Amino acid sequence: MRVRTVLTSAFAALAAAALACLAASAVAAPDKPDPVADAKAFKKYFTDKFPKVKLEDFVNGPYSMNEDMHKQWEEKEQFPPYEFSLEAGKEMFGKPFKNGKTYADCFPNGGIGIRQNYPYFDEKEGKVITLELALNRCREANGEAPYSYVKDEMASLTAYMAFTSRGKPMDIKIPNDPRALEAYENGKRYFYTRRGQLNFSCASCHVQSPGERIRAEVLAPALGILNALPIYRSEWAGMGTTSRRFVTCNSQTRAVPLEPQSDEYRDLEYYLSYVSNGLPISGPGARP
Amino acid sequence: MPSTIRVRATANGDTTEVQALIQHPMDSGFVKNAQGQIIPPHFIQQLTFEHNGKTVFLADWGPAVSKDPYVKFSFKGANKGDDLKISWADNKGATDTTTAKIQ
Amino acid sequence: MNLDRTSATRRLILKGAGSVALIGLGFDLGLGLGFGTAPALAAANDKYPEEAFKQKSGPDAIKALYGKTAEASDKVKLDAPEIAENGAVVPIAVTTTLPEVTSISFFVSENPNALAASYVIPEGTLPSIANRLKMAKTCNVIAIVESGGKLYSATKEVKVTVGGCGG
Repeated sequence: MRVRTVLTSAFAALAAAALACLAASAVAAPDKPDPVADAKAFKKYFTDKFPKVKLEDFVNGPYSMNEDMHKQWEEKEQFPPYEFSLEAGKEMFGKPFKNGKTYADCFPNGGIGIRQNYPYFDEKEGKVITLELALNRCREANGEAPYSYVKDEMASLTAYMAFTSRGKPMDIKIPNDPRALEAYENGKRYFYTRRGQLNFSCASCHVQSPGERIRAEVLAPALGILNALPIYRSEWAGMGTTSRRFVTCNSQTRAVPLEPQSDEYRDLEYYLSYVSNGLPISGPGARP
Repeated sequence: MPSTIRVRATANGDTTEVQALIQHPMDSGFVKNAQGQIIPPHFIQQLTFEHNGKTVFLADWGPAVSKDPYVKFSFKGANKGDDLKISWADNKGATDTTTAKIQ
Repeated sequence: MNLDRTSATRRLILKGAGSVALIGLGFDLGLGLGFGTAPALAAANDKYPEEAFKQKSGPDAIKALYGKTAEASDKVKLDAPEIAENGAVVPIAVTTTLPEVTSISFFVSENPNALAASYVIPEGTLPSIANRLKMAKTCNVIAIVESGGKLYSATKEVKVTVGGCGG
Protein backbone atom coordinates (compact mmCIF):
# COMPACT_ATOMS: atom_id res chain seq x y z
CA MET A 1 0.00 0.00 0.00
CA ARG A 2 1.12 3.50 -0.66
CA VAL A 3 2.35 5.43 2.50
CA ARG A 4 -0.06 8.27 1.89
CA THR A 5 -3.07 5.94 1.90
CA VAL A 6 -1.87 4.26 5.06
CA LEU A 7 -1.42 7.56 6.81
CA THR A 8 -4.82 8.77 5.63
CA SER A 9 -6.48 5.60 6.80
CA ALA A 10 -4.64 5.75 10.09
CA PHE A 11 -5.60 9.34 10.57
CA ALA A 12 -9.22 8.56 9.71
CA ALA A 13 -9.21 5.67 12.13
CA LEU A 14 -7.77 7.88 14.84
CA ALA A 15 -10.33 10.58 14.16
CA ALA A 16 -13.13 8.00 14.22
CA ALA A 17 -11.81 6.62 17.47
CA ALA A 18 -11.65 10.09 18.99
CA LEU A 19 -15.19 10.85 17.90
CA ALA A 20 -16.34 7.53 19.28
CA CYS A 21 -14.72 8.35 22.63
CA LEU A 22 -16.39 11.72 22.80
CA ALA A 23 -19.73 10.18 21.93
CA ALA A 24 -19.20 7.46 24.51
CA SER A 25 -18.45 9.89 27.34
CA ALA A 26 -21.56 11.90 26.51
CA VAL A 27 -23.69 8.77 26.63
CA ALA A 28 -21.97 7.27 29.71
CA ALA A 29 -23.22 10.09 32.06
CA PRO A 30 -26.36 8.28 33.38
CA ASP A 31 -24.25 5.47 34.81
CA LYS A 32 -21.91 7.78 36.69
CA PRO A 33 -23.16 9.02 40.05
CA ASP A 34 -23.73 12.75 40.17
CA PRO A 35 -24.30 13.75 43.76
CA VAL A 36 -24.35 17.44 42.93
CA ALA A 37 -27.22 16.96 40.50
CA ASP A 38 -28.96 14.62 42.96
CA ALA A 39 -28.82 17.16 45.75
CA LYS A 40 -30.14 19.89 43.51
CA ALA A 41 -33.01 17.71 42.29
CA PHE A 42 -33.76 16.55 45.83
CA LYS A 43 -34.10 20.10 47.12
CA LYS A 44 -36.10 21.19 44.10
CA TYR A 45 -38.56 18.35 44.58
CA PHE A 46 -39.36 19.41 48.13
CA THR A 47 -39.35 23.15 47.62
CA ASP A 48 -41.65 22.69 44.61
CA LYS A 49 -43.95 20.44 46.62
CA PHE A 50 -44.07 22.84 49.58
CA PRO A 51 -43.60 26.34 48.17
CA LYS A 52 -44.71 27.98 51.42
CA VAL A 53 -42.09 26.26 53.56
CA LYS A 54 -38.78 28.10 53.88
CA LEU A 55 -35.77 25.98 52.99
CA GLU A 56 -34.34 26.06 56.51
CA ASP A 57 -37.69 25.02 58.03
CA PHE A 58 -37.60 21.58 56.43
CA VAL A 59 -35.29 20.50 59.24
CA ASN A 60 -38.25 20.71 61.61
CA GLY A 61 -39.73 17.59 60.07
CA PRO A 62 -43.44 17.07 60.66
CA TYR A 63 -43.69 20.49 62.31
CA SER A 64 -42.93 22.21 59.04
CA MET A 65 -45.83 20.33 57.47
CA ASN A 66 -48.72 21.10 59.79
CA GLU A 67 -49.84 24.25 61.62
CA ASP A 68 -51.47 22.55 64.62
CA MET A 69 -48.30 20.50 65.16
CA HIS A 70 -46.10 23.57 64.68
CA LYS A 71 -47.84 25.32 67.57
CA GLN A 72 -47.30 22.33 69.84
CA TRP A 73 -43.65 22.25 68.84
CA GLU A 74 -43.21 25.97 69.51
CA GLU A 75 -44.63 25.47 73.00
CA LYS A 76 -42.25 22.60 73.70
CA GLU A 77 -39.27 24.53 72.37
CA GLN A 78 -39.82 27.20 75.02
CA PHE A 79 -38.32 24.77 77.48
CA PRO A 80 -37.52 21.66 75.50
CA PRO A 81 -37.67 18.11 76.87
CA TYR A 82 -34.12 17.41 75.63
CA GLU A 83 -32.67 19.98 78.07
CA PHE A 84 -31.59 17.36 80.59
CA SER A 85 -29.91 15.18 78.01
CA LEU A 86 -28.14 18.18 76.54
CA GLU A 87 -26.83 19.27 79.92
CA ALA A 88 -25.70 15.74 80.69
CA GLY A 89 -23.97 15.62 77.32
CA LYS A 90 -22.01 18.78 77.98
CA GLU A 91 -20.85 17.42 81.30
CA MET A 92 -19.93 14.03 79.82
CA PHE A 93 -18.05 15.64 76.98
CA GLY A 94 -15.84 17.59 79.33
CA LYS A 95 -15.11 14.73 81.71
CA PRO A 96 -11.72 13.11 81.12
CA PHE A 97 -11.30 9.39 80.50
CA LYS A 98 -9.45 7.23 82.98
CA ASN A 99 -6.24 7.91 81.06
CA GLY A 100 -6.66 11.66 81.40
CA LYS A 101 -7.56 12.40 77.79
CA THR A 102 -10.90 13.81 76.70
CA TYR A 103 -13.23 13.62 73.70
CA ALA A 104 -11.76 16.93 72.55
CA ASP A 105 -8.51 15.11 71.85
CA CYS A 106 -10.20 12.91 69.26
CA PHE A 107 -11.89 15.58 67.18
CA PRO A 108 -10.94 18.58 65.10
CA ASN A 109 -11.53 21.87 66.90
CA GLY A 110 -11.89 19.96 70.15
CA GLY A 111 -15.19 18.55 68.94
CA ILE A 112 -16.94 21.90 69.07
CA GLY A 113 -18.96 23.11 66.12
CA ILE A 114 -18.05 20.19 63.86
CA ARG A 115 -21.18 18.04 63.76
CA GLN A 116 -22.17 19.37 60.35
CA ASN A 117 -19.13 17.66 58.81
CA TYR A 118 -20.38 14.19 59.76
CA PRO A 119 -20.57 11.68 58.27
CA TYR A 120 -17.37 11.89 56.23
CA PHE A 121 -15.63 9.40 54.00
CA ASP A 122 -12.36 8.19 55.46
CA GLU A 123 -10.07 7.58 52.52
CA LYS A 124 -7.50 5.65 54.57
CA GLU A 125 -10.08 3.16 55.79
CA GLY A 126 -12.28 3.34 52.73
CA LYS A 127 -15.51 3.75 54.68
CA VAL A 128 -18.02 6.26 55.97
CA ILE A 129 -17.43 7.48 59.50
CA THR A 130 -20.43 8.85 61.38
CA LEU A 131 -20.31 10.99 64.50
CA GLU A 132 -21.62 8.15 66.65
CA LEU A 133 -18.99 5.77 65.31
CA ALA A 134 -16.27 8.35 65.86
CA LEU A 135 -17.35 8.85 69.46
CA ASN A 136 -17.21 5.17 70.31
CA ARG A 137 -13.88 4.80 68.54
CA CYS A 138 -12.60 7.67 70.64
CA ARG A 139 -13.73 5.85 73.77
CA GLU A 140 -12.17 2.57 72.76
CA ALA A 141 -8.92 4.22 71.70
CA ASN A 142 -8.71 5.62 75.21
CA GLY A 143 -9.43 2.43 77.07
CA GLU A 144 -13.12 3.03 77.72
CA ALA A 145 -16.02 0.72 76.95
CA PRO A 146 -18.16 1.79 73.98
CA TYR A 147 -21.67 3.12 74.58
CA SER A 148 -24.86 1.72 73.12
CA TYR A 149 -25.49 3.51 69.84
CA VAL A 150 -29.16 4.11 70.31
CA LYS A 151 -29.74 6.20 73.40
CA ASP A 152 -28.62 7.44 76.80
CA GLU A 153 -24.99 8.52 76.80
CA MET A 154 -24.59 8.42 73.02
CA ALA A 155 -27.70 10.56 72.67
CA SER A 156 -26.45 13.02 75.28
CA LEU A 157 -23.03 13.34 73.68
CA THR A 158 -24.36 13.80 70.15
CA ALA A 159 -26.97 16.22 71.54
CA TYR A 160 -24.22 18.39 72.93
CA MET A 161 -22.11 18.21 69.78
CA ALA A 162 -25.13 19.00 67.59
CA PHE A 163 -25.96 21.91 69.86
CA THR A 164 -22.51 23.43 69.36
CA SER A 165 -23.19 23.34 65.61
CA ARG A 166 -26.70 24.74 65.74
CA GLY A 167 -27.43 26.92 62.77
CA LYS A 168 -24.40 25.76 60.78
CA PRO A 169 -25.25 24.38 57.36
CA MET A 170 -24.86 20.65 56.78
CA ASP A 171 -21.57 20.30 54.97
CA ILE A 172 -20.91 16.76 53.81
CA LYS A 173 -18.08 16.18 51.38
CA ILE A 174 -17.65 13.45 48.83
CA PRO A 175 -13.97 13.22 47.92
CA ASN A 176 -12.91 12.37 44.42
CA ASP A 177 -12.60 8.71 45.30
CA PRO A 178 -14.64 5.98 43.61
CA ARG A 179 -15.16 4.26 46.97
CA ALA A 180 -16.77 7.40 48.37
CA LEU A 181 -19.07 7.61 45.41
CA GLU A 182 -19.89 3.95 45.87
CA ALA A 183 -20.80 4.53 49.52
CA TYR A 184 -22.97 7.45 48.48
CA GLU A 185 -24.70 5.32 45.84
CA ASN A 186 -25.13 2.51 48.31
CA GLY A 187 -26.90 4.85 50.69
CA LYS A 188 -29.05 6.19 47.91
CA ARG A 189 -29.96 2.69 46.82
CA TYR A 190 -30.93 1.73 50.37
CA PHE A 191 -33.10 4.80 50.63
CA TYR A 192 -35.08 3.99 47.52
CA THR A 193 -35.31 0.20 47.91
CA ARG A 194 -38.54 -1.32 49.15
CA ARG A 195 -38.23 -3.83 51.93
CA GLY A 196 -40.06 -5.71 54.61
CA GLN A 197 -43.60 -6.89 55.12
CA LEU A 198 -45.07 -3.48 54.33
CA ASN A 199 -42.90 -3.18 51.25
CA PHE A 200 -41.98 0.41 52.04
CA SER A 201 -38.81 2.18 51.12
CA CYS A 202 -37.67 5.24 53.04
CA ALA A 203 -38.89 7.20 50.03
CA SER A 204 -42.39 5.73 50.22
CA CYS A 205 -43.05 7.83 53.30
CA HIS A 206 -40.53 10.62 53.23
CA VAL A 207 -40.46 11.47 49.55
CA GLN A 208 -43.89 10.38 48.34
CA SER A 209 -45.94 11.31 51.36
CA PRO A 210 -44.40 14.05 53.53
CA GLY A 211 -47.02 16.07 55.37
CA GLU A 212 -49.53 13.24 55.06
CA ARG A 213 -50.37 10.81 57.81
CA ILE A 214 -49.29 7.23 58.31
CA ARG A 215 -51.83 5.97 60.78
CA ALA A 216 -51.88 8.92 63.15
CA GLU A 217 -48.46 10.44 62.60
CA VAL A 218 -47.60 13.26 60.25
CA LEU A 219 -44.68 12.28 58.01
CA ALA A 220 -41.51 14.36 57.82
CA PRO A 221 -39.94 15.32 54.51
CA ALA A 222 -36.67 13.56 53.75
CA LEU A 223 -34.98 16.89 53.10
CA GLY A 224 -33.12 17.83 56.27
CA ILE A 225 -34.50 14.83 58.12
CA LEU A 226 -31.24 14.11 59.92
CA ASN A 227 -30.48 17.70 60.85
CA ALA A 228 -32.44 17.66 64.10
CA LEU A 229 -30.96 14.45 65.51
CA PRO A 230 -30.58 13.29 68.21
CA ILE A 231 -34.19 13.76 69.21
CA TYR A 232 -36.38 13.55 72.27
CA ARG A 233 -39.42 11.66 71.07
CA SER A 234 -42.60 11.81 73.08
CA GLU A 235 -43.22 8.29 71.80
CA TRP A 236 -39.99 7.08 73.40
CA ALA A 237 -40.43 9.39 76.40
CA GLY A 238 -36.72 9.85 75.95
CA MET A 239 -33.81 10.54 73.63
CA GLY A 240 -32.75 8.61 70.57
CA THR A 241 -29.91 8.85 68.11
CA THR A 242 -29.76 8.52 64.32
CA SER A 243 -29.00 4.84 64.90
CA ARG A 244 -32.09 4.45 67.01
CA ARG A 245 -34.29 6.09 64.41
CA PHE A 246 -32.99 3.92 61.55
CA VAL A 247 -33.47 0.76 63.59
CA THR A 248 -36.96 1.61 64.80
CA CYS A 249 -38.06 2.86 61.40
CA ASN A 250 -37.08 -0.51 59.92
CA SER A 251 -38.95 -2.34 62.71
CA GLN A 252 -42.02 -0.18 62.31
CA THR A 253 -42.24 -0.84 58.58
CA ARG A 254 -41.75 -4.52 59.44
CA ALA A 255 -38.42 -4.81 57.76
CA VAL A 256 -35.56 -6.53 59.52
CA PRO A 257 -33.59 -3.88 61.34
CA LEU A 258 -29.84 -3.89 60.86
CA GLU A 259 -27.24 -3.48 63.57
CA PRO A 260 -26.61 0.14 64.48
CA GLN A 261 -23.73 1.56 62.46
CA SER A 262 -23.83 -1.26 59.93
CA ASP A 263 -22.55 -0.42 56.44
CA GLU A 264 -25.96 0.27 54.94
CA TYR A 265 -26.96 2.60 57.78
CA ARG A 266 -23.73 4.55 57.61
CA ASP A 267 -24.00 4.86 53.85
CA LEU A 268 -27.65 5.84 54.18
CA GLU A 269 -26.68 8.56 56.64
CA TYR A 270 -23.99 9.71 54.20
CA TYR A 271 -26.43 9.98 51.30
CA LEU A 272 -29.24 11.61 53.28
CA SER A 273 -26.92 14.12 54.90
CA TYR A 274 -25.27 15.03 51.61
CA VAL A 275 -28.51 15.76 49.78
CA SER A 276 -29.48 18.00 52.68
CA ASN A 277 -26.28 20.03 52.46
CA GLY A 278 -26.87 23.69 53.12
CA LEU A 279 -29.75 23.17 55.52
CA PRO A 280 -28.98 24.18 59.12
CA ILE A 281 -28.18 21.79 61.93
CA SER A 282 -31.06 22.10 64.36
CA GLY A 283 -30.23 19.34 66.83
CA PRO A 284 -30.94 18.25 69.43
CA GLY A 285 -34.59 18.15 68.52
CA ALA A 286 -37.99 17.17 69.85
CA ARG A 287 -40.46 15.05 67.94
CA PRO A 288 -43.87 13.44 68.58
CA MET B 1 -26.34 15.53 92.90
CA PRO B 2 -27.37 18.31 90.53
CA SER B 3 -30.83 19.79 91.00
CA THR B 4 -33.75 18.34 89.08
CA ILE B 5 -35.20 21.81 88.69
CA ARG B 6 -34.47 24.11 85.77
CA VAL B 7 -35.90 27.61 85.98
CA ARG B 8 -36.06 30.64 83.77
CA ALA B 9 -37.43 33.69 85.55
CA THR B 10 -37.46 36.92 83.58
CA ALA B 11 -38.63 40.28 84.88
CA ASN B 12 -40.32 42.57 82.41
CA GLY B 13 -41.20 45.73 84.25
CA ASP B 14 -43.38 44.77 87.17
CA THR B 15 -44.20 41.30 85.84
CA THR B 16 -41.95 38.29 86.17
CA GLU B 17 -42.51 35.33 83.86
CA VAL B 18 -41.44 31.99 85.28
CA GLN B 19 -40.88 28.77 83.37
CA ALA B 20 -39.83 25.62 85.13
CA LEU B 21 -38.85 22.22 83.78
CA ILE B 22 -38.31 19.45 86.30
CA GLN B 23 -36.65 16.12 85.78
CA HIS B 24 -39.06 13.54 87.16
CA PRO B 25 -40.55 10.30 85.75
CA MET B 26 -44.14 11.22 86.73
CA ASP B 27 -45.10 7.54 86.54
CA SER B 28 -48.86 7.25 86.56
CA GLY B 29 -49.09 3.73 87.97
CA PHE B 30 -51.06 2.63 84.91
CA VAL B 31 -48.14 1.59 82.75
CA LYS B 32 -46.54 -1.84 82.66
CA ASN B 33 -42.85 -2.50 82.13
CA ALA B 34 -41.36 -4.93 79.60
CA GLN B 35 -41.94 -7.81 82.04
CA GLY B 36 -45.64 -6.99 82.29
CA GLN B 37 -45.44 -5.59 85.81
CA ILE B 38 -47.09 -2.33 86.76
CA ILE B 39 -44.61 0.47 87.26
CA PRO B 40 -45.74 1.98 90.58
CA PRO B 41 -46.97 5.56 90.68
CA HIS B 42 -44.14 8.02 91.23
CA PHE B 43 -45.00 11.64 90.68
CA ILE B 44 -44.58 15.12 92.08
CA GLN B 45 -47.54 16.11 94.20
CA GLN B 46 -46.74 19.67 95.16
CA LEU B 47 -44.54 22.30 93.58
CA THR B 48 -44.09 25.60 95.35
CA PHE B 49 -42.65 28.91 94.18
CA GLU B 50 -41.70 31.47 96.80
CA HIS B 51 -40.55 35.06 96.56
CA ASN B 52 -39.54 37.02 99.67
CA GLY B 53 -40.98 34.30 101.86
CA LYS B 54 -44.38 34.48 100.20
CA THR B 55 -45.84 31.69 98.07
CA VAL B 56 -46.46 33.14 94.63
CA PHE B 57 -47.57 29.90 92.98
CA LEU B 58 -48.53 26.47 94.20
CA ALA B 59 -49.09 23.50 91.92
CA ASP B 60 -51.01 20.44 93.05
CA TRP B 61 -50.12 17.75 90.57
CA GLY B 62 -51.44 14.30 89.82
CA PRO B 63 -49.87 11.60 87.66
CA ALA B 64 -51.56 13.03 84.55
CA VAL B 65 -48.93 15.74 84.39
CA SER B 66 -46.39 14.84 81.68
CA LYS B 67 -43.02 13.31 82.38
CA ASP B 68 -40.32 15.92 83.01
CA PRO B 69 -43.07 18.34 83.94
CA TYR B 70 -43.22 21.90 82.72
CA VAL B 71 -45.17 24.87 83.97
CA LYS B 72 -45.25 28.56 83.09
CA PHE B 73 -46.87 31.39 85.03
CA SER B 74 -46.31 35.08 85.80
CA PHE B 75 -46.49 37.16 88.93
CA LYS B 76 -46.09 40.79 89.97
CA GLY B 77 -44.03 42.51 92.57
CA ALA B 78 -40.56 41.11 91.98
CA ASN B 79 -37.45 42.76 90.62
CA LYS B 80 -34.50 41.70 88.57
CA GLY B 81 -31.92 40.15 90.88
CA ASP B 82 -34.49 38.89 93.38
CA ASP B 83 -34.43 35.28 94.49
CA LEU B 84 -37.12 32.80 93.54
CA LYS B 85 -37.24 29.60 95.57
CA ILE B 86 -38.71 26.48 94.03
CA SER B 87 -39.39 23.22 95.85
CA TRP B 88 -41.24 20.02 95.15
CA ALA B 89 -42.35 16.95 97.05
CA ASP B 90 -43.43 13.68 95.45
CA ASN B 91 -45.65 10.79 96.52
CA LYS B 92 -42.66 8.79 97.72
CA GLY B 93 -41.60 11.51 100.08
CA ALA B 94 -38.68 12.73 97.99
CA THR B 95 -38.08 16.44 97.69
CA ASP B 96 -35.85 18.86 95.87
CA THR B 97 -35.38 22.58 96.08
CA THR B 98 -33.45 25.27 94.27
CA THR B 99 -33.15 29.02 94.25
CA ALA B 100 -32.90 30.98 91.03
CA LYS B 101 -32.21 34.62 90.38
CA ILE B 102 -34.77 36.59 88.45
CA GLN B 103 -33.11 37.88 85.28
CA MET C 1 -63.83 39.18 98.70
CA ASN C 2 -65.09 35.64 98.96
CA LEU C 3 -61.60 34.24 99.18
CA ASP C 4 -61.88 33.39 102.85
CA ARG C 5 -65.02 31.34 102.31
CA THR C 6 -63.44 29.47 99.48
CA SER C 7 -60.34 28.45 101.36
CA ALA C 8 -62.37 27.53 104.39
CA THR C 9 -64.63 25.48 102.15
CA ARG C 10 -61.69 23.62 100.69
CA ARG C 11 -60.19 22.95 104.05
CA LEU C 12 -63.40 21.54 105.41
CA ILE C 13 -64.00 19.46 102.33
CA LEU C 14 -60.56 17.99 102.64
CA LYS C 15 -61.41 16.96 106.16
CA GLY C 16 -64.21 14.74 104.97
CA ALA C 17 -67.15 14.41 102.67
CA GLY C 18 -69.55 14.62 105.59
CA SER C 19 -68.83 18.28 106.02
CA VAL C 20 -69.98 19.15 102.52
CA ALA C 21 -73.65 19.39 103.37
CA LEU C 22 -72.89 21.60 106.34
CA ILE C 23 -70.84 23.91 104.22
CA GLY C 24 -73.70 24.22 101.79
CA LEU C 25 -75.88 25.29 104.67
CA GLY C 26 -73.22 27.65 105.82
CA PHE C 27 -73.30 29.45 102.50
CA ASP C 28 -77.05 29.86 102.47
CA LEU C 29 -77.16 31.08 106.03
CA GLY C 30 -74.35 33.44 105.34
CA LEU C 31 -72.26 31.97 108.14
CA GLY C 32 -69.16 33.30 106.43
CA LEU C 33 -66.22 31.82 108.25
CA GLY C 34 -63.90 34.78 108.35
CA PHE C 35 -60.40 33.67 107.65
CA GLY C 36 -59.11 37.10 106.82
CA THR C 37 -55.64 37.78 105.57
CA ALA C 38 -53.73 36.47 102.56
CA PRO C 39 -50.97 34.57 104.39
CA ALA C 40 -53.59 32.58 106.27
CA LEU C 41 -55.24 31.79 102.94
CA ALA C 42 -52.05 30.49 101.46
CA ALA C 43 -51.66 28.21 104.43
CA ALA C 44 -55.24 27.05 104.13
CA ASN C 45 -54.80 26.19 100.47
CA ASP C 46 -51.56 24.35 101.05
CA LYS C 47 -52.95 20.92 101.60
CA TYR C 48 -52.68 18.48 98.74
CA PRO C 49 -56.21 17.67 97.50
CA GLU C 50 -55.80 13.90 97.70
CA GLU C 51 -59.51 13.13 97.48
CA ALA C 52 -60.04 15.22 94.39
CA PHE C 53 -57.24 13.38 92.59
CA LYS C 54 -58.89 10.07 93.44
CA GLN C 55 -62.19 10.92 91.77
CA LYS C 56 -62.92 9.34 88.42
CA SER C 57 -65.19 11.78 86.67
CA GLY C 58 -64.70 15.46 85.99
CA PRO C 59 -67.85 16.55 87.84
CA ASP C 60 -66.94 14.46 90.91
CA ALA C 61 -63.42 15.82 90.93
CA ILE C 62 -64.62 19.40 90.60
CA LYS C 63 -67.03 18.85 93.45
CA ALA C 64 -64.35 17.29 95.63
CA LEU C 65 -61.94 20.11 94.89
CA TYR C 66 -64.24 23.11 95.12
CA GLY C 67 -67.56 21.97 96.51
CA LYS C 68 -69.48 23.72 93.77
CA THR C 69 -70.26 23.56 90.08
CA ALA C 70 -68.99 25.72 87.26
CA GLU C 71 -70.69 27.72 84.57
CA ALA C 72 -69.20 28.00 81.11
CA SER C 73 -67.62 31.37 80.39
CA ASP C 74 -66.11 32.79 77.26
CA LYS C 75 -63.82 34.83 79.49
CA VAL C 76 -61.82 31.67 80.12
CA LYS C 77 -59.52 31.07 77.16
CA LEU C 78 -58.38 27.47 76.87
CA ASP C 79 -55.58 26.78 74.44
CA ALA C 80 -55.10 23.14 73.43
CA PRO C 81 -54.24 21.46 70.13
CA GLU C 82 -56.83 20.04 67.72
CA ILE C 83 -54.92 16.80 67.48
CA ALA C 84 -52.32 16.10 70.13
CA GLU C 85 -49.03 15.12 68.54
CA ASN C 86 -48.69 12.58 71.32
CA GLY C 87 -51.04 11.86 74.20
CA ALA C 88 -48.14 11.77 76.65
CA VAL C 89 -47.24 15.44 76.20
CA VAL C 90 -50.16 17.72 75.37
CA PRO C 91 -49.39 21.43 75.83
CA ILE C 92 -52.42 23.06 77.43
CA ALA C 93 -52.71 26.66 78.55
CA VAL C 94 -55.40 28.80 80.05
CA THR C 95 -55.77 32.51 80.57
CA THR C 96 -58.67 34.61 81.75
CA THR C 97 -59.82 38.19 82.09
CA LEU C 98 -61.97 37.28 85.08
CA PRO C 99 -61.09 39.17 88.27
CA GLU C 100 -59.93 37.92 91.68
CA VAL C 101 -58.80 34.54 90.45
CA THR C 102 -57.73 32.26 93.29
CA SER C 103 -57.47 28.91 91.59
CA ILE C 104 -57.15 27.32 88.15
CA SER C 105 -57.52 23.59 87.51
CA PHE C 106 -57.33 21.24 84.56
CA PHE C 107 -59.44 18.14 84.04
CA VAL C 108 -59.17 15.49 81.32
CA SER C 109 -62.57 13.87 81.09
CA GLU C 110 -61.57 10.38 79.94
CA ASN C 111 -58.43 9.95 82.01
CA PRO C 112 -58.67 7.28 84.75
CA ASN C 113 -58.86 10.17 87.21
CA ALA C 114 -60.12 13.36 85.67
CA LEU C 115 -58.22 15.91 87.77
CA ALA C 116 -54.82 16.46 86.20
CA ALA C 117 -53.52 19.58 87.93
CA SER C 118 -54.73 22.30 90.23
CA TYR C 119 -53.01 25.60 90.83
CA VAL C 120 -53.33 28.09 93.67
CA ILE C 121 -53.17 31.67 92.44
CA PRO C 122 -52.27 34.03 95.30
CA GLU C 123 -52.88 37.71 94.96
CA GLY C 124 -50.32 39.26 92.65
CA THR C 125 -50.03 36.20 90.47
CA LEU C 126 -51.56 36.38 87.01
CA PRO C 127 -54.42 34.05 86.09
CA SER C 128 -52.51 32.53 83.22
CA ILE C 129 -50.90 29.11 83.17
CA ALA C 130 -49.27 26.81 80.64
CA ASN C 131 -48.53 23.14 81.38
CA ARG C 132 -48.13 19.79 79.67
CA LEU C 133 -50.58 17.01 80.46
CA LYS C 134 -51.17 13.36 79.62
CA MET C 135 -54.33 12.40 77.81
CA ALA C 136 -55.37 8.75 77.60
CA LYS C 137 -57.65 9.26 74.61
CA THR C 138 -59.71 11.71 72.61
CA CYS C 139 -61.90 13.59 75.04
CA ASN C 140 -62.61 16.95 76.59
CA VAL C 141 -60.10 19.05 78.43
CA ILE C 142 -61.84 21.27 80.96
CA ALA C 143 -60.26 24.32 82.55
CA ILE C 144 -61.85 25.64 85.73
CA VAL C 145 -61.18 29.14 86.97
CA GLU C 146 -62.22 30.14 90.47
CA SER C 147 -62.97 33.84 90.38
CA GLY C 148 -64.57 35.79 93.17
CA GLY C 149 -65.51 32.51 94.83
CA LYS C 150 -67.41 31.23 91.79
CA LEU C 151 -66.34 28.67 89.20
CA TYR C 152 -66.14 29.28 85.49
CA SER C 153 -65.16 26.78 82.85
CA ALA C 154 -63.98 26.35 79.30
CA THR C 155 -63.99 23.04 77.46
CA LYS C 156 -62.19 21.86 74.36
CA GLU C 157 -62.07 18.48 72.70
CA VAL C 158 -58.58 17.29 71.93
CA LYS C 159 -58.11 14.36 69.59
CA VAL C 160 -55.56 11.84 70.76
CA THR C 161 -54.29 9.04 68.59
CA VAL C 162 -51.97 6.19 69.31
CA GLY C 163 -48.61 6.97 67.84
CA GLY C 164 -48.11 5.12 64.56
CA CYS C 165 -44.91 4.67 62.61
CA GLY C 166 -44.18 8.05 61.15
CA GLY C 167 -42.27 11.16 62.07
